[in-house]
Amino acid sequence: MEQILVNGLYLGAQYALIALGLTLIFSLMNVLNFAHGQMYVLGGFVTYTIVSQLGLPFIVGLIGSAVTLAVVGAMIEKFLFRPVIRRSHREESTMLLAAGIAFFLDAVILLLFGEKQRGVPKIINGVFNWDFRIIMPYDRILIGVLAIAMIAAFILFMQYSRAGRAMRALAQDRVAAQLMGVDVDRYSMIGFALGAMLAGLVGGLLVTITGVNLGMGGPTSIKAFMMIMIGGAGVISGAIAGGFILGMMESIGLTVLAAYGDITYLVIFASLMVFLAIRPQGLMGKPWG
Amino acid sequence: MKRRTMLRATALAAVASLAFSGLAHAENPVLKIGFVGVTSGPAAAWGTSNQRSMETRAAWINETGGVEIGGTVYDVEIVAFDDQKDPKRAIAGMEKMAQDGIHYVVGPNVDDGAAAVRPVAEQNGIIYFPYAFPKELYTPPASNAVLGMVANYQSGPAIYKYLIENHGIKKVAFVAANESDPLSQRDGGVAAAKELGLEMVSDSVTYQVDTTDFTPVLLPVIQTQPDLLVLSGVSPANAPQLIRSARELGYTGLISTETAQDAGVLQEGAGELADGFISVGGASTPELASDMMREFVDRYVAMFGEYNDESNTKVYALEYILETLKANPAAIEDVEAFKTTMDTFEAPNPFMVGDAKLTYVGMTSFGQKRQLSVPLVVNEFRGGAFETLFVAQVD
Repeated sequence: MEQILVNGLYLGAQYALIALGLTLIFSLMNVLNFAHGQMYVLGGFVTYTIVSQLGLPFIVGLIGSAVTLAVVGAMIEKFLFRPVIRRSHREESTMLLAAGIAFFLDAVILLLFGEKQRGVPKIINGVFNWDFRIIMPYDRILIGVLAIAMIAAFILFMQYSRAGRAMRALAQDRVAAQLMGVDVDRYSMIGFALGAMLAGLVGGLLVTITGVNLGMGGPTSIKAFMMIMIGGAGVISGAIAGGFILGMMESIGLTVLAAYGDITYLVIFASLMVFLAIRPQGLMGKPWG
Repeated sequence: MKRRTMLRATALAAVASLAFSGLAHAENPVLKIGFVGVTSGPAAAWGTSNQRSMETRAAWINETGGVEIGGTVYDVEIVAFDDQKDPKRAIAGMEKMAQDGIHYVVGPNVDDGAAAVRPVAEQNGIIYFPYAFPKELYTPPASNAVLGMVANYQSGPAIYKYLIENHGIKKVAFVAANESDPLSQRDGGVAAAKELGLEMVSDSVTYQVDTTDFTPVLLPVIQTQPDLLVLSGVSPANAPQLIRSARELGYTGLISTETAQDAGVLQEGAGELADGFISVGGASTPELASDMMREFVDRYVAMFGEYNDESNTKVYALEYILETLKANPAAIEDVEAFKTTMDTFEAPNPFMVGDAKLTYVGMTSFGQKRQLSVPLVVNEFRGGAFETLFVAQVD
């Protein structure tokens, strides 16, 4: 049981970090960023290139992923989403754009990094073993702790920084924030860059554990959407809760239900359907949006 | 007037240059060979190694003057279609090949895709070379599919037998992705292992292909303490993570698979934790490789930057098609002539040393010759590279 809980916490921390970026972009711009998974993959490949190809320290790779994705996110917001949102009031326009960006990033990643699975060497060797009740490699523990630290840093940033307050104001009421002097364009771009940066950071963190390949983008986006549906779209605490709940459900399901075949996700999806039928806005979302 | 004359002259020059450039490329008639397979997504490595092998070999043939079939010299053109591992896309790809008048297609790479394209291939006179294992594709009345590699039900028993004899394994566990190919390979492997008298300690655990943490997946399997953990049909993307998780959970037994893997990917993803991992290799080893195989590898690297060990197998399909067409030029337009030739076809194997032959096999498994004869090479990963454990041949 201890092992199941630890696995769930580790999974939950990485999932929550993925979901945070997605929910931030949604809350600021009402955009469902279908390319979030591809941004995660791109972050993984950037870290891989810096660490494995250039031989630089892992921390440099992580910073490289964060910076690259922040720039990519800012460019995408400024040159793609902003004009589309300005010209079209139909929500499906941004959805189609996001889907198009996902395909585009897939193609770019294939061209730049190839089709193979990539990984970087373990950043710490050794396995924590508590009497075979909890077995956890040290690198997973470190990644889990780093993920939780990043979540905490993100919350503090959103809570106490000027940019964070401006973005929260935007998320609550775009028009009112504008009337109060918040530069909507500027903070939308910062918010999108921050969301993309979070995706890149998780990609960079997890490339040391899971590696990265071209096909991981789509499934990652789907999981991230599940998390924000559980927690409530556009709510930061909801994304964190959704991430940890999904991580825990996976961990418990994969152990308890293993004897019955691969039904864990069947059970998770069925539970999600029932849950959304009862509470469509998610755990912490507001029924009015 | 002057302006009009100049425009005419420019247009004429443009047309002429286009025509001459066309002539330069059209010295030989073109023989189109198709490829329908997966070149994107998690299994992209399988199809990409196919496509790149074909393109490398075709460029090499064209560079050296083309291929002579029935007194005509052809340039070889590879027409590729990414089916994204989706059977519907595979059907669309095969239909495109039919519309282009192509009679020989390499692929698809997976079971459901290969099964889906069968009606299209049969109705349109296409011989196709899947890298998929369902026996019904190759056994009568089916006759248009030719298996391009060694199947898991041929390699699996050979591996288990070797491990029983050399490592004394008794208990075995299987883990597979929840997809048609790995599941069918698991079922085939389980049956073969039971037939050899191995005790089955776990054969129901599966995982999603997009799993990012395999620790919870493998925990119940490792607790059964198998001597051998078989990763059925594992993709090159998932293999390093599964191996790593198993070792980190304290598993010290043997790990194997019947699919081909990539040494670089294993080294990057699992490092020394992958030492001892047993897999089916590309159909060549340093001892088997001819000068031509070595040159193929060099050309592949020059074209695409990085080699894929699987291409040692994937290079064969195009060679078989061309050599069979050489043996019976009527088969260029008539696939029935190709089928007839397959029964007696034999040609020197240019990729192996010694007097190895290209022949069609499969009588034991399929009751007809619907499989390319390629060496079954079983490898062990050690120190970042594959070492050959043993080599066998399918009849």
